[in-house]
Amino acid sequence: MTVVPITWYLILGAILFTIGAVGVLIRRNVIVIFMSIELMLNAVNLVFVAFSRQLHSMDGQVAVFFVMTVAAAEAAVGLAVIIAMFRNRETINADELSLLRW
Amino acid sequence: MNPLLFGILALLMIASALGVVLLHSPVRSALSLVMTLFLLAVTFLFLDAYLVAALQVVVYAGAIMVLFLFVIMLLNLQADPQGMAKVGVRFAAVLLASLFLLAAVRFFVAPAALGSGTGMGGTPPAGFGSVEAVAERLFTHSLFAFEVTSVLLLVAIIGAVVLAKRKLV
Repeated sequence: MTVVPITWYLILGAILFTIGAVGVLIRRNVIVIFMSIELMLNAVNLVFVAFSRQLHSMDGQVAVFFVMTVAAAEAAVGLAVIIAMFRNRETINADELSLLRW
Repeated sequence: MNPLLFGILALLMIASALGVVLLHSPVRSALSLVMTLFLLAVTFLFLDAYLVAALQVVVYAGAIMVLFLFVIMLLNLQADPQGMAKVGVRFAAVLLASLFLLAAVRFFVAPAALGSGTGMGGTPPAGFGSVEAVAERLFTHSLFAFEVTSVLLLVAIIGAVVLAKRKLV
């Protein structure tokens, strides 16, 4: 059975990361922007695991462990910020939340 | 992994990732993201990362996405017609992203493949990706980072509670 080379995993990771980046740029709903960021984090996780498998090193998987922890903390704080924002401004549209915009 | 299987997984993953970005309803976006995360967990299994695959399902597809859905339903968000940026911004974003993708594949993926041949490094040692292997590395090499993470989580819990409290002090 042929083996899928690591290049394919890297390209898949790059495509997923790009889709996430496009989501951050084109969506105006703050929650969807947030989900796109999670997508980008997961694309990086895929690359970590692929390299960990190829180099037979556990370091990549340990890095994924930390990425997941930080993502969980980030999601909790970020969603709390969104709730506070919605309570004060009655909107979660990124275009209307322009108080700090230059 | 079998190339055909990888192709099917990759196509499904890209389709559901596009669903996250393109679907108008936030709930549909969230469910699409759950699908992407599950497919990623399956890919991790094929890469002998068993603990990471389990964590992916439990932590990401379970805990984090439940939090997202909970907030979406708490705020009672409807599908909004103004959910996308203006056409010019959209065009520029897709153009920039395609350039990024091309550059990433050309300058990072191609040299990585050249340096390592075409395979996946042969059969891994026994116990690779198991709980013992990850824990052994985590608690010897990254012990300090692990301990700092607990402080980070504590700060995040306190921050989330303070931020989401009804009355901001």
